[in-house]
Amino acid sequence: MPVSLADDGHKIWRRRTRSAEWLRFAGWLLLVVLVVFAWQLMTRDTIWSFVLDAPRQAADIGSRMFPPRWSYIQALWKPLWETLNIATLGTLLAIVMALPVAFLAARNTTPSLAFARPVALLVIVSSRSINAIIWALVLVTIVGPGVLAGIIAIALRSIGFIAKLLYEAIEEISTEPVEAIRATGASRWQVLTWAIWPQVTPAFAGISLFRWDINIREATVLGLVGAGGIGVNLESSLNTLAWPQVTLILLVILGTVVVSEWMSAKIRHAII
Amino acid sequence: MLVIENLTKRYATGDLAVDQVALSVPAGQVVGLIGPSGAGKSTLIRCINRLVEPSEGRIWLGDTNIGTLSGGGLTKARRRMGMIFQEYALVDRLTVMENVLSGRLGYTGFWRSFVRRFPQSDIELAFAVLERVGLSDQIDKRADALSGGQRQRVGIARALVQEPELLLIDEPTASLDPKTSRQIMRLLVEVCQERGLAAIVNMHDVALAQGFVQRILGLRKGRIVFDGLPDGLTPDVLTEIYGAEDWTATIRNVGEDDGIKADIEPKLAIAQ
Amino acid sequence: MKIARHWAPPPLIRSPALRFAIYGGATLYLALALASIDVNWARVAEGMARAGRLLAGFLHPDFTSRWSDISLGLGESLTMTVTSTAVGVAMSIPFGIGAARNIAPLPVYLFCRGFIVVARSLQEIIVAIFLVVLFGFGPFAGFLTLTIATVGFLAKLLAEDIEDIDPAPLEAIRAAGAGSWQTLTYAVLPQVAPRLIGLSIYRIDINFRESAVVGIVGAGGIGATLNTAMDRYEFDSAAAILLIIIAIVLACEYLSGFIRGRVQ
Repeated sequence: MPVSLADDGHKIWRRRTRSAEWLRFAGWLLLVVLVVFAWQLMTRDTIWSFVLDAPRQAADIGSRMFPPRWSYIQALWKPLWETLNIATLGTLLAIVMALPVAFLAARNTTPSLAFARPVALLVIVSSRSINAIIWALVLVTIVGPGVLAGIIAIALRSIGFIAKLLYEAIEEISTEPVEAIRATGASRWQVLTWAIWPQVTPAFAGISLFRWDINIREATVLGLVGAGGIGVNLESSLNTLAWPQVTLILLVILGTVVVSEWMSAKIRHAII
Repeated sequence: MLVIENLTKRYATGDLAVDQVALSVPAGQVVGLIGPSGAGKSTLIRCINRLVEPSEGRIWLGDTNIGTLSGGGLTKARRRMGMIFQEYALVDRLTVMENVLSGRLGYTGFWRSFVRRFPQSDIELAFAVLERVGLSDQIDKRADALSGGQRQRVGIARALVQEPELLLIDEPTASLDPKTSRQIMRLLVEVCQERGLAAIVNMHDVALAQGFVQRILGLRKGRIVFDGLPDGLTPDVLTEIYGAEDWTATIRNVGEDDGIKADIEPKLAIAQ
Repeated sequence: MKIARHWAPPPLIRSPALRFAIYGGATLYLALALASIDVNWARVAEGMARAGRLLAGFLHPDFTSRWSDISLGLGESLTMTVTSTAVGVAMSIPFGIGAARNIAPLPVYLFCRGFIVVARSLQEIIVAIFLVVLFGFGPFAGFLTLTIATVGFLAKLLAEDIEDIDPAPLEAIRAAGAGSWQTLTYAVLPQVAPRLIGLSIYRIDINFRESAVVGIVGAGGIGATLNTAMDRYEFDSAAAILLIIIAIVLACEYLSGFIRGRVQ
């Protein structure tokens, strides 16, 4: 908090020095320029008459969407079951693969800081950078449409999420018990399972449940690219412009998300 | 049965934590290690079971040269040395029994220990040791549900269940109140007598050390500057060990317990 | 004669009835779920060849043959990210303040909370589909999608932060006679600003990743380019696009770590 002297001798207080003020101003200016530039570039080809027409369109679609076609729910039970499986099996697959990656990535448990750790970190970044639906897009081309593509897509995305949070938890364990178990003559693997693993179990359970919850949401839309679940019905309903069906599907998706969030919160409460 | 020759630990910065230490401890002898903070007491103890790698020197446990061991040989040697820590170093989420059984990890294969199927003889040993330290009724309690004194007793039980020849004890009472400290020291000395164990005990409370151990080593800046009987700790000697540090400040106020006063006052009288 | 004392580790779930129900239920579910997966193994075997080509594509990614498409898509993604994060952060401040029970009047609170709940409840891609129907193809629809998602994300966390603040500075400033706006700037904002900045930078990362997704349904961005490349089985180009996405996310992470380190 700089204090300086004015011409007539009394003290002036400023929150920041003059140079800091200029720097901040310049920073904000740069930011605004960047955003405006990006905006211009982005809306270069935007058809503004469409944009202005949007409210009318919204009213039109809105009227076609209500009331929802309640009878359609008969067709949704199996897709809903598929969606649940995609999320659950995908999360389980991810857990199995994320565990070794996390231990390879944590500074205190990795066998090699120069090689294994960077590779594990690379796996984590790659997995996290690509959303599940993009993985699904790629997988549908490879293994064909269906739940298998969905399960693998969910798994590939979740490995990075779970492994990152898990390795951060592993790096924060207290080292004393680890030292003590080493001192008894235990092997490296025994130290891992007796001193390190018990310390990260609560974090691991919380992370896995959290990811399962997110995966339920993501699994509902994978069908839009053909990877199984209720998204397939959404895709076909949109293609045939069956708006009352679309409404029902959206309501079912909302309901599923609410239920799974509630369940996940209850389970986390029970085990932690 | 423990012989140390020219033990030196040099850190990358060039600091000598342990400087040409030579000593020998016969079976059944309890040695107190005193000295100011930073003198290298903890480092010295950890060099003996190679939790810290010595830079130079030789360490003999019986007929075995500990310094040249690696892998399986090192874990076998560590089994013969039980270690007890200042902050107990228990695995908090495991039960008392599991913490004690972790002392047998050096004798048990990975899979057997993973599924907690220890041989019956180990279980008997664990029960016996728990009875000796007075925790038979706590075996299925989680370690973090116990008091400080109880936790240290679990730590002692874990060290004893290894059936060691030597105990390495790092400031066992620093986190305990005066009354519990005396109980723990008494337990340690009795147990060593019963089983003919040699022990090196780091202590920062000089009077407590004098009250319980048979031989005292004074460490200053990594070098041994005193090696003799507890009665030999005259004020001159203590000043040589502690330098400017006020070693009387390490003696904690023990309160109304007459038994305590009877133990310590005669020693203080001799020291003055 | 000595009686052998036995010990077994205490079970994870104490009550035997509950234990049976949970383990039994889980096993039953897994059996049913795995059985219900209908895999066309012939198709999968065929697909392995394609998988090989894609993996090979990562070793020699093709940035050049489709560069005009890639740069267009990338440009759309980046501009969408920048604009939607900026506008989203700006809008989430009033919404976040309005959704904080301890400083907002009830009708404002209900309105803001309602908006946040709606914004968070649907996946971005579904919102994108509707916005494309309403506003036409192109990045404008994508920009709106991401802005709504940003507001939903940041305003909720901001409101929670404001509700959790230490009330003492608030009381002190009010007691000194400050009006509502002054209370906001001097007592509330300093407490929540660091975390808000950190979260906003984190949101740039998320928005970029989502910008790749909305392209699949026509709302602009590199997702459309990837979709086309996969449709044409141009695995080398597809690998190039995936690598670009990973690289930019990595760069965002480094930048965000750097800025957060400076701010906090």
